[in-house]
Amino acid sequence: MEVKDIFVKNMKYEDFKENEYLESYVKELRENGVNIAVAKLDDLINWGRSNSVWPLTFATSCCGIEFMSLGAARYDFARFGWEVTRNSPRQADVVFCCGTIVHKMAPVLKRLYDQMAEPKYVMAFGSCAIGGGPFKKSYHTVMGVDKIIPVDVYIPGCPPRPDAMIYGMMQLARKIKMQEFFSLPKQPTVNAIEKGGDDASN
Amino acid sequence: MFHFSVVTNWIDEFLRAYLPDVWVLLIEYVLIGAVILGVYAVLALVLIYLERKICAFFQCRLGPTRVGPWGLLQSVADMVKILLKELIKINRVDPLLFRLAAFLVIIASICTFGALPFDEGLLVVDFNIGVFYLLAVSSLGVVGILMAGWASNNKYTMIGAMRSGAQLISYELSCGLAMMTIVMLSGSLQLSEIVSQQSETWNIWRGGIPACIAFVIYLIAGHAETNRGPFDLPEAESELTAGYHTEYSGIQFGFFYLAEYLNMFIIAAIATTLFLGGWQPLHISGWDAFNTTMDFIPPVLWFFAKAFACVLLSLWVRWTMPRLRIDQLLKLEWQILMPLALIDILLMALWVIYF
Amino acid sequence: MQVINDLLAQLPFATIEQHDKEYTVTVTKEKLRETATLLYSNPHLSFDYLTDIVGMDYGEELGVIYFLSPSRYPSYGLVLKTSTADREKPEIDSIFDLWCAAALYEREVYDFFGIVFTGNPDMRRLFLRQDWNGYPLRKDYDANPALNPVPTSNEALADMENLPTTSIDINGERLKEHTKLFETEDYVVNFGPQHPATHGVLHLRVSLDGETIKKVDPNFGYIHRGIEKMSEAYTYPQILHLTDRLDYLSGTINRHATCLCVEKGLELEVPERAHYIRTIIDELTRIASHLLGWGCMAMDMGSITAFVYGMRDREKIMDIFEETCGGRLMANYSVIGGVMQDIHPNFQKRVKDFIPYMRKMLKEYHLLFTGNPIARGRMDGIGYLSKEHAISLGATGPTGRASGWSNDVRKIEPYAAYRHADFKEMLRTDGLTFDRYIIRLDEVEESLKILEQLIDNIPGGAYAAKTKAIIKLPEGEFRQRVEAARGEFDVYISSRGDKYPYRVKFRSPCMTLVNTLAHIAPGTKVADLIMLGGSLDYVVPCIDR
Repeated sequence: MEVKDIFVKNMKYEDFKENEYLESYVKELRENGVNIAVAKLDDLINWGRSNSVWPLTFATSCCGIEFMSLGAARYDFARFGWEVTRNSPRQADVVFCCGTIVHKMAPVLKRLYDQMAEPKYVMAFGSCAIGGGPFKKSYHTVMGVDKIIPVDVYIPGCPPRPDAMIYGMMQLARKIKMQEFFSLPKQPTVNAIEKGGDDASN
Repeated sequence: MFHFSVVTNWIDEFLRAYLPDVWVLLIEYVLIGAVILGVYAVLALVLIYLERKICAFFQCRLGPTRVGPWGLLQSVADMVKILLKELIKINRVDPLLFRLAAFLVIIASICTFGALPFDEGLLVVDFNIGVFYLLAVSSLGVVGILMAGWASNNKYTMIGAMRSGAQLISYELSCGLAMMTIVMLSGSLQLSEIVSQQSETWNIWRGGIPACIAFVIYLIAGHAETNRGPFDLPEAESELTAGYHTEYSGIQFGFFYLAEYLNMFIIAAIATTLFLGGWQPLHISGWDAFNTTMDFIPPVLWFFAKAFACVLLSLWVRWTMPRLRIDQLLKLEWQILMPLALIDILLMALWVIYF
Repeated sequence: MQVINDLLAQLPFATIEQHDKEYTVTVTKEKLRETATLLYSNPHLSFDYLTDIVGMDYGEELGVIYFLSPSRYPSYGLVLKTSTADREKPEIDSIFDLWCAAALYEREVYDFFGIVFTGNPDMRRLFLRQDWNGYPLRKDYDANPALNPVPTSNEALADMENLPTTSIDINGERLKEHTKLFETEDYVVNFGPQHPATHGVLHLRVSLDGETIKKVDPNFGYIHRGIEKMSEAYTYPQILHLTDRLDYLSGTINRHATCLCVEKGLELEVPERAHYIRTIIDELTRIASHLLGWGCMAMDMGSITAFVYGMRDREKIMDIFEETCGGRLMANYSVIGGVMQDIHPNFQKRVKDFIPYMRKMLKEYHLLFTGNPIARGRMDGIGYLSKEHAISLGATGPTGRASGWSNDVRKIEPYAAYRHADFKEMLRTDGLTFDRYIIRLDEVEESLKILEQLIDNIPGGAYAAKTKAIIKLPEGEFRQRVEAARGEFDVYISSRGDKYPYRVKFRSPCMTLVNTLAHIAPGTKVADLIMLGGSLDYVVPCIDR
């Protein structure tokens, strides 16, 4: 499936940013060619997966409140079918990293991510989760969750508005729709933390 | 009135005309199994969608709107996803019990579902002890829940399972007693017999005050048996993360999820059968024109309409009330509901004798 | 006051200064316990409210500052200072047995400065992991990230469960020992760090007997971002940016407090208009915070619909903020000398529309939740907190007021435009969960009254005073108390005349609330623990800072 063909309700291709990045991502995925029958089945699977992304209730600080607003009446992410927030990581599909991740929390987050069942996605929500944000100078902050776990979508802001989050969710949906169930690309190995990365895998 | 027995009888005669009896039975078994499973799955999807929409309505939200028209395909998408989700292999669980638990819960639920009389002729087996069978099979689910909680090797699931055990076994009592009240009124344990007795007046009118009390008791106790708020202690989200199914992923969790919704429907369906006349249309004595009009509505529709009305009631309660505490929960059962149900049986006996 | 003077006359060894209603008492560390005991157990005037303990690194010496206040005369304050010259193995006597609040505060000082409090039975670090190298708030702390890399495994259980203690026996010998937090056969359940009901990343280790709670051990630090240390390298306007993110639900109030504190130091005259605007924004924040607190408590008890209702009405306030301040959650509105920009032309109209709307909604809340028999049944008779206990724990704000402790800083030391508003301090006497619940809704009512009085009377003039491009605070110590949504929020700034502060300390109202939870939860059920957490309404990033 081409990026242009991906259908997101009420959103045109031009309405999205970062299209070039996705184009190159698709090109990389499609290098080996796809079987037509399999591709149709892929579409069905991806349709299901992209429309039913259950978030884990995980929030460390301020962004968590905006995440709550997203679930409440005004913004209502139930429209997208994302409102089934699961408290158990085993049943969740996506972690919204809402808020700063600090040293003491880092192993906990990693463990939560490891406990989730495939396919799993991560959204870095807010500048703290992206790169430390206003706490970049602190001695106890992890400079971005991508130091610990792989991130699919970054949503900037401090904290991002719920609208921004909905946009991020649609980007994630597009990304999921480009995946291939039957020929999964090689999973990127996560070098969790530059030093002692080996320990993390044990 | 159009009854489904026409269709089922025709299929039976058609098969018997061409095949020996053994084959007919075999084909019918498979057919029935497939239909039950199909209806079960579709009903679960409908119920999940319904709950999400209704809950959204209570909370001034919209609910699913974007997948398919009015979000109708939302639960289909959920099903596709959950079928393909990874089943995590967890170290240090009891593998046999862990896997078995999810199946046990859903099997108990399907077995109960299969015994429901949807229409005349649309009933798998017409046991002469149908009510007893329903009670027996539906309480198998608690074994599954206890197994899940124990086998997961997790403290949350353990607490959830223990709560669930205490809760389900307690409420089973007043649930059963409320059903017995109706059995006394009808003088039969056979579901088809109970339903056909209600062709003119439903049990809830026929049984007078004792039947009304039994109906309320049954609704409360039945609601508690489905593990849904305000009785959702076994999976109390804000206390025990996800309760007894915390460690389950993928379709194993899906089984628990489906069973939860279907149990809600089953409780509503039993209430319909026992108290609200099953598939019998609404008749008011003396209003002949009205009665004939009502007869035109197919009985299956009547059954589902009544059952869904009960489901709606259950959803309404679930999304309005906060959760009970475990001691309050048990107090409600042992100090209020059960004595009341016992007294109610006595009242019903008097009612049957004198009216 | 005569009583205080009489009391202080009993301390011949102490250096005493008086500044208005605040007394500063400096003693040597040997005399600390004696002084503290005297201040606490004086029958005429007991300094029974320990507001905060601040650790200090004076360069040569390490010091500890205790802020005390008598609950009978809350506007009086006493600052007790002591210090130790030993930087290698600093030790100061513990006062944990006098004030319940002290145990956690002392752990915090130990965590940041390495000062061991002899006698305190629990000298684990509070925020950082036990294997952390160095004491970060010391001036000579080595911030090299290689010393403290991001850990890859969870904290060892042994570190969490062994309580190191240093005590002095009768012969004056130092005894170092470890006590176990839980018995071996205890059924210990972890609530958190990722748990839906901990309101953030709090980690409660709870030992259970069936469903009954035996012991609660709160673990902090999962969102410790080192704001106080960062502040020491930031200029004053830069610090303001961080204060919003402490207790993000009363962010504007925290920022207001910091502004007031700096303005106090600069002796800056703030225009009356700015005072009014700040007060209105503060009260709106308080309403928003209480709405969320109400909703979260309802959600903790299993009523998700109530939560959505609270969030729905909170959005109205967010709209007002967005129009005037530009931000929804982080208003970033107060600045030193006034506010960032003038109010939006719609501001007054919007607020005036909001007041009757909110009154109507409050009635709906009572219909939906307060009158619900299950909710009442859950809240009645659970989680009793006596007034004395509340004072000793330092449980300020609605929690303390529900126990009958009059502690509203808006009344004790009126700041900004509160002196122009006529409002009641909500007080209840029972100290039960229901009181803590209902007092929040009552306070929303009172806040609406304040808004009503102020919104039409915003005076004209400038919205901010002119300040210098580089703000330098004169040498000295400055402190400002305000009433945040969850209790008393204090800012303490120690300046050495630089454009950076020497030490900044924020008193978190929430830390004492979690401590309160640990004190009142034993004996209740698991479900009650979650509900009590909701009724105390703490915000974890405020604790961890």
